[in-house]
Amino acid sequence: MSTPYAKLPGWADYGLIPFINLVVAFLVAGLVVLLVGESPIQAAGLLLKGAFGSAAGIGYTLYYATSFIFTGLAVAVAFHCGLFNIGGEGQAYVGGLGVALVCLTFDGIFPWWINFPLAILGAAAIGGIWAMIPGWLQAKRGSHIVITTIMFNFIAASLMVYLLVGALKPANSMAPQTRTFAEGAHLPKLDWLLEMFGASIRSTPLNLSFVLALVMAVAVWALIWRTRLGYEIRTRGFSPKAARYAGINEARIVVVTMMISGALAGMMALNPVMGDQHRLQLDFVTGAGFVGIAVALMGRSHPAGIVPAAVLFGMLYQGGAEISFVMPDISRDMIVIIQGLVILFAGALEHMFRPAVQTIIASLRPSAMRLGPAKGEGV
Amino acid sequence: MDFINLIVQLLDATVRVSVPLLLACLAGLYSERSGIFDIGLEGKMLAGAFAGAATAAVYGSAWLGALAAMAIAVFLALVHGFASITHRGNQIVSGVAINFIAAGSTVILGQAWFRQGGRTPSLSADARFNPITLPGAEALRDVPVIGQIYSDIISGHSLLVYLAFLMVPFTWWVLFRTRFGLRLRAVGENPAAVDTAGISVTWLRYRAVICTGVLTGLAGTYMAVSQNAGFVKDMTAGKGFIALAALIFAKWRPVPAMFACLLFGFLDAFAIRFQGIAVPLIGKVPVQLMQALPYILTVVLLAGFIGRAIPPKAGGAAYVKER
Amino acid sequence: MASVAIGLRGINKSFGAVRANRDINLEIPQGTIHGIIGENGAGKSTLMSILYGFYQADSGEIFVDGHKASIDSPNDAIAAGIGMVHQHFMLVENFTVLENVVLGAEGSPLLNAGLARARSELQRLEEEYGLEVDPDAVVENLAVGLQQRVEILKALFRGADTLILDEPTGVLTPAEADHLFRILRKLQEEGKTIVLITHKLREIMAVTDNVSVMRQGEMVATRKTAETTVEELAELMVGRRVLLRVKKGEAKPAEFRLSVKGLTVKDSRGVPMVKDVSFDVRGGEIVGIAGVAGNGQSELIEAIAGTRSAETGEVLLAGKPVDVTGSADPAELRQRGLAHVPEDRHNVGLVLPFEENENSILGYHAQAKYLNGPFLNIEAIRDDARQKIEKYDIRPADCRLKTANFSGGNQQKIVLAREMEQDPDVLIVGQPTRGVDVGAIEFIHKRLIDMRDQGKAVLLVSVELDEIRSLSDRILVMFDGRIVGERGPDATEGELGLLMAGIEAKEAAE
Repeated sequence: MSTPYAKLPGWADYGLIPFINLVVAFLVAGLVVLLVGESPIQAAGLLLKGAFGSAAGIGYTLYYATSFIFTGLAVAVAFHCGLFNIGGEGQAYVGGLGVALVCLTFDGIFPWWINFPLAILGAAAIGGIWAMIPGWLQAKRGSHIVITTIMFNFIAASLMVYLLVGALKPANSMAPQTRTFAEGAHLPKLDWLLEMFGASIRSTPLNLSFVLALVMAVAVWALIWRTRLGYEIRTRGFSPKAARYAGINEARIVVVTMMISGALAGMMALNPVMGDQHRLQLDFVTGAGFVGIAVALMGRSHPAGIVPAAVLFGMLYQGGAEISFVMPDISRDMIVIIQGLVILFAGALEHMFRPAVQTIIASLRPSAMRLGPAKGEGV
Repeated sequence: MDFINLIVQLLDATVRVSVPLLLACLAGLYSERSGIFDIGLEGKMLAGAFAGAATAAVYGSAWLGALAAMAIAVFLALVHGFASITHRGNQIVSGVAINFIAAGSTVILGQAWFRQGGRTPSLSADARFNPITLPGAEALRDVPVIGQIYSDIISGHSLLVYLAFLMVPFTWWVLFRTRFGLRLRAVGENPAAVDTAGISVTWLRYRAVICTGVLTGLAGTYMAVSQNAGFVKDMTAGKGFIALAALIFAKWRPVPAMFACLLFGFLDAFAIRFQGIAVPLIGKVPVQLMQALPYILTVVLLAGFIGRAIPPKAGGAAYVKER
Repeated sequence: MASVAIGLRGINKSFGAVRANRDINLEIPQGTIHGIIGENGAGKSTLMSILYGFYQADSGEIFVDGHKASIDSPNDAIAAGIGMVHQHFMLVENFTVLENVVLGAEGSPLLNAGLARARSELQRLEEEYGLEVDPDAVVENLAVGLQQRVEILKALFRGADTLILDEPTGVLTPAEADHLFRILRKLQEEGKTIVLITHKLREIMAVTDNVSVMRQGEMVATRKTAETTVEELAELMVGRRVLLRVKKGEAKPAEFRLSVKGLTVKDSRGVPMVKDVSFDVRGGEIVGIAGVAGNGQSELIEAIAGTRSAETGEVLLAGKPVDVTGSADPAELRQRGLAHVPEDRHNVGLVLPFEENENSILGYHAQAKYLNGPFLNIEAIRDDARQKIEKYDIRPADCRLKTANFSGGNQQKIVLAREMEQDPDVLIVGQPTRGVDVGAIEFIHKRLIDMRDQGKAVLLVSVELDEIRSLSDRILVMFDGRIVGERGPDATEGELGLLMAGIEAKEAAE
């Protein structure tokens, strides 16, 4: 996204301004807590304690973070190509179908370490296809990808309800969900990882897909900054005209980028479906696709920013549960507000504090302001 | 005449479910015609519904409720304007943010204030906008077809329903017959032309988003204070997005917007009425397909297979004076 | 002596570190046509935008009819009787002429009265000044010349006494430009004051009463047009810079490297911009294409370079056909030895947010030497970029720096280095020195001559006639989508100027 603003030193651009934006988002969230009649400081304390106060808390925090890493990466990859994929929610939802189909078919046949890669493929394939259609429509028919991906979220929701109350539901059950998978489709927990730090722990849903998420973060970094495809994606993202000039097939790049984005979103389904619930349930995505937008914006579309941003949101989800124990008025929905505020301040209002920061930095260290070239000289 | 009764019932339901779509769709029309994309219609409707129901519950006045709904929706619209007009932020991102803020805060505040699991207290009849029986409706009830259409479909809705449908010609008139409308359409196509003509692009766009706020507030009011007797968590349930779809379907024009909303409303009414029932000629239609149909139709339209939907040219882009 | 319509005193305006206007003083007598001339980037448009209230001066005063005026917005300017016809038209394309004229001057909250008033006013203006245009036509369906007329009508409808025209002929055909000048004289006869901003000397001599010259943000001179000469103005415009003549030896044209036959190309609106164009370029020669901007040169080179598909025609590269009407793509053409320095380096030739080294492979990024399988060979790419930086003296010499932080001249060198170092057989160069500082211009010109001397075929497109004349071995003149003439390197400016104005072509048609 181009900015009509002057340049700032890197540390201010990538550190200070996002930090200020985040702080403001939390201050406003604090106001909401006040409005509800609770103490924001106490709430923040409960939040931290809930998220990091125990090994189990950390386990849950990282479990939620796992989902957000996937969806954050999905949004970020599309951003690099100049595409806004709001469809992560739907892509993750249908990704669950891929996971479930693999698990329901092979859970009694193969051990988890064969089913896991198969499920990854299944999730990525269906998520990828679900995102590819809007990508194709954008590339070939000029349909606005923001609108089509929104529409595809709703279509995905209808499709999944249709399947879960129909074909996927065991005949003797009333609940709209699949049967529980057998052992062969349960991902190993990562409790041992936590035991290395904490003492005694009860079981947490943190599972192997956390490791996959981290691997994907590295893979996305390599893809975007170290491969030819990533180079072409970034070229298209910054300037479609330059991409055409460079002989890059724009339609192909848009479709491929959306497939990668959708595949990453789809993989999010592994975490709850194969890692925790061991069955495909209605609405298992619970907004993680949308959290990905906040995570990608906060992480500035870089995996090194996305992983901590995802952990922060994981913390909010887990700590938020802790708060609601003590302060019943502050339910999980508080997170949704914070998420919205982060998107607002780190995304839509990202430039709000820029002029002030610029003035301050310029007055402190005039040499730190590297002025851009004269934009006025010719065209 | 069971069949006629069925049709009449269906059309009556269509009108009811179309109204929030229509109000939200017209709301979006003002904003998007001015070049500000708004995918936050849903959030503003939801916040309006909550504020309307909460105020009506506390003060026992539907009118105060409507005022509160419009006020809060306008406030959110101004936040959107502040981000996308004043700070030239990404309009899509801002819209997404507003949807979340509304979704979260309605529940949190509702729970804190009323302690009914995010609901607002049930509204008594005098705190709601109640059905109005149009003159002669009773007398004509027994006249076949025409009487039924008049008394069952046209008569017997709340004030907001008539207001919503009156907004259609009014919006058309504003858009094509007033100075404001001319400027609004111009700023969505070429803000530089408006700027050099000595008109403030910023103020014009702010007025457009205020219109959006007022109408989304009314849409929320209708849902919580007229159609239902109170606010329920996430009660808009994607209607803001269907309204957006209808707006695209109508190619950003007021009269087609009404037909698009009626069409989508009809699909919804049809899906509810025929849930799990075999329909003559079609067979048993999965209710999910009916629910998804507005979205599918919009995608097909956007793909250019049935006409072309070309948005306002300057839509989605902040106005920066060229150097 | 006429009174002063517009007075400017001590106007200063900076954009960041760039001083676009420095201490400008100017007086424009009432009822005259006043030319303001200067090179691209001299600050003319900025000054006029300040007068029109589009920008605010950092310091200085504006006087209208002898009274100090505070012009903070276009509204103030309009109220002060100043109207402006912008270089890029400020029209709402899907509005009718009438709606465009009335926008911002509707008179009342309801439209009908304003529209009716505008309709009769347009009628009057049409009769008075010969400004004919159908009030109910939709602007996007009008020819460019007519759209400009709508802009003039907009200003007159608002009661402008002073009319500023910013580079009005850049997009016009000569016939349209002549018509425009007739209109301007008519307006002058009716007592209007006209300010004409241009960088074309011919127009200044043809139509103005007085002329002011700007150079690098300063107002360097004001003359009565009748008392000055083209030579004097040219010298004032460019300062003491002498006309660049690059030293070059005799061309040794060899075999045909690029042949274009019957090429027709439409622009994105579907308007034919290149009409049945044929020519050849041999190895060892520079063929220059001269012409006023917008006569199809851009579309021509885009079609040859594969970034725009042609309607009909053939292009042969080293004797072998290129599928210009279908699947030709820039990647394939590069492989076949065609390099392209595009006109628009900011949006096309470079990705400004990229690091320098990333731009130094743009278009060649799929070459084996830059890759390790699907991965980029970062070390190879950076080494390669460093070599180019040294060879082309690109400053600052930092291949990790973001490209946006380089000056225009150095950005252009990045593009040239990339394209020339691929050792192409054919080099297409569009506007190689636009927005480039003088030092870099010389460097770039020398490089182009070197390419020729190495036996490459060079196709040069430029709107700078000097550049065409000093570099080309053969000059083709393009007008209205056609090649209207071919001349040798010794062709005079006047001769080429006539061709560029389409005069020979028009006479032949009559």
